Amino acid sequence: MAESAVKKAVGLHVRIAKRAELGTKKAVLIRLASVLAALIAGGIFILIIGYNPFPVYGTIVKGAFSTAMAFQATVKIMIPLLISALGVTLAFKMKFWNIGAEGQIIVGAIFASYFALFHDDMPHVLLIIIMLAAGIIGGGLYGLIPAFFKAKFNTNETLFTLMLNYIALNIIVWLRDGAWADPESGGFPKIARFSANAQLDKVFGVQIGWIIGLVLTAAVFVYLRYTKHGYEISVVSESHATARYAGMDPKKIMLRTMFLSGAVCGVAGMVQATGSDMTLATSVAGGVGFTAIIVAWLAQLNPIVILIVSFLFAVLEKGSSVMQSTFGISTYCADVLQGIILFFVLAGEFFVRYKFVAGGKESKS
Amino acid sequence: MDMFINFLVAAVLAGTPLLFGTVGEIINEKAGHLNLGVEGMMAIGACAGFMAGYRSDSLIIAVIAAFLAGAAGALIYALLTVTFMADQNVTGLTLTIFGCGISNFIGEYNIARSETGNLKLPEHITSQIRNLNIPGLSDIPVVGKLLFSYNIFVYFGVVIAIIVFIYLNKTKSGLNLRTIGENPAAADAVGIHVARNKYISLLIGGGICGIGGAYCSMIICGGVWMSDSVNGLGWISVALVIFAAWSPLKAIGGSLVFGAFSVLKYYMPKSVITLPNAFYDMLPFLITALILVITSVRKNKGRAQPASCGINYFREER
Repeated sequence: MAESAVKKAVGLHVRIAKRAELGTKKAVLIRLASVLAALIAGGIFILIIGYNPFPVYGTIVKGAFSTAMAFQATVKIMIPLLISALGVTLAFKMKFWNIGAEGQIIVGAIFASYFALFHDDMPHVLLIIIMLAAGIIGGGLYGLIPAFFKAKFNTNETLFTLMLNYIALNIIVWLRDGAWADPESGGFPKIARFSANAQLDKVFGVQIGWIIGLVLTAAVFVYLRYTKHGYEISVVSESHATARYAGMDPKKIMLRTMFLSGAVCGVAGMVQATGSDMTLATSVAGGVGFTAIIVAWLAQLNPIVILIVSFLFAVLEKGSSVMQSTFGISTYCADVLQGIILFFVLAGEFFVRYKFVAGGKESKS
Repeated sequence: MDMFINFLVAAVLAGTPLLFGTVGEIINEKAGHLNLGVEGMMAIGACAGFMAGYRSDSLIIAVIAAFLAGAAGALIYALLTVTFMADQNVTGLTLTIFGCGISNFIGEYNIARSETGNLKLPEHITSQIRNLNIPGLSDIPVVGKLLFSYNIFVYFGVVIAIIVFIYLNKTKSGLNLRTIGENPAAADAVGIHVARNKYISLLIGGGICGIGGAYCSMIICGGVWMSDSVNGLGWISVALVIFAAWSPLKAIGGSLVFGAFSVLKYYMPKSVITLPNAFYDMLPFLITALILVITSVRKNKGRAQPASCGINYFREER
């Protein structure tokens, strides 16, 4: 049907056909072209609101790199985005639509915060390790819930994980207003700041979450590409029947992979709470779980590319806060530019996967 | 008793934006598109409706602008998912980020250029969206308050839901649309224009979401522009679609129930039961999650998502 729309538009007999495997070089070129087109479209948007796009873009880039402190802030933004994008990648590789990163980040953060708030008298290194383990277990268990129901009853995971996000968010609010309320906040609803003992250490001025992120990038890359588990995931994603025929247990693989997917997102939550927020805030996930899905998808589920894409997203976000102070353009502009870039890349993906064929069999429609 | 009536009235008022969002999303999903951009389309509609009302002082123009803006957001989504066959989840999430971003951006842009530092709807238009007072009818005890005391959007929402119900279930093109959502290849085979129908229903659905957004910015916020006026109602609408079992008629009752959840915390007598506020806010999602599980345990086809929902249709892969 789509081709008839094209036909009308172009006035030619063209149809859409799937491309044979496109060379990496060409695919990269198409993607770069869509990003370029997006930057032009974003530039037009900036022009419309009355600014010269070149200095604005320049400020975004400069704002993210100009000083060591700016760069550290950029990396700080990148950390949770990178880690949770790696998390959802595990599930997406299996064609399990885990839209629940947001919730898994939150539950991971809650589990870790329990130790930060109530058991911070442990030796520092031990506490950090326990908090990390708690984040892994919390996020993992929360990821296991939709996987269990999917495996047992074929419950729709897209919608189910979406619901779990908001359940998790309200659990934080619940804790904040009740059991975990900070008695010294003077009625202001918040959870107490973690003691110094429960805060992540810094390396090169940035919390060590960045090292965890890099380690996870390598780990997920190796796990998916070179291990038996990774191979099983790719078989299950194609067909459960094939997997069973090959002697695999697709349900077990689904549960295991979703535990890991949630666990990695849980790490993102732990790192954000103990390394950046220094408390359990309701905004601990703050939409990162959703952006992570976009990052993972943009990077074609390749962990190395995820590292690059999440960094670029962080640059855009950090840069736009500088853009606000320099030009007085609201930071919401970053969301708009992000949206425009994504729309173009999404459209560009079509040209990677399909091509227009002139002539061909005329089909009635 | 008075308290209870007030509670019901508040529930209806809180449920109305959900009704618009839900009916819009039902049309989308019936066409086979799980559009996670409801929040974004509502935000775009909220902005367009408010700004159009602010400038024109006309309710009709505001509603039309909200509809068109929501539809414009949906057009981006339709272009990407129908023609360019892009991933529906990613496109929908992007639309949400973009929609909320541009809505807040335009709001702040206009505030920065206003003399007073805030944007307030003119008196003429706020008088039109105030709760009705129909002489005679609104004065009937209990019934008058329960049925004839709302702002015009409430009635409009119910009418739209009924029209969409009739369209989907009683007309031929509604049947065509449902066929596309269940099995686009079969629809294509019998000569239904799949892409055209998808475009039309995505745009109309988006437009209806846009009107729901206008409700948030113009009524919930009391006529003063506020950022993030939709504030998650779009996501609750996505949940409500499941609660309403993809039926616009059930969405009317469902939005009342979800509206009731959202105001319950203000009306629940503290002497009877004290639950944390967060629990009430969690209820819509908790119940929707339970429904998802229960329907899948029962394998209840009548309460299931349209079969092709979430999957793009590529003709040559039939």
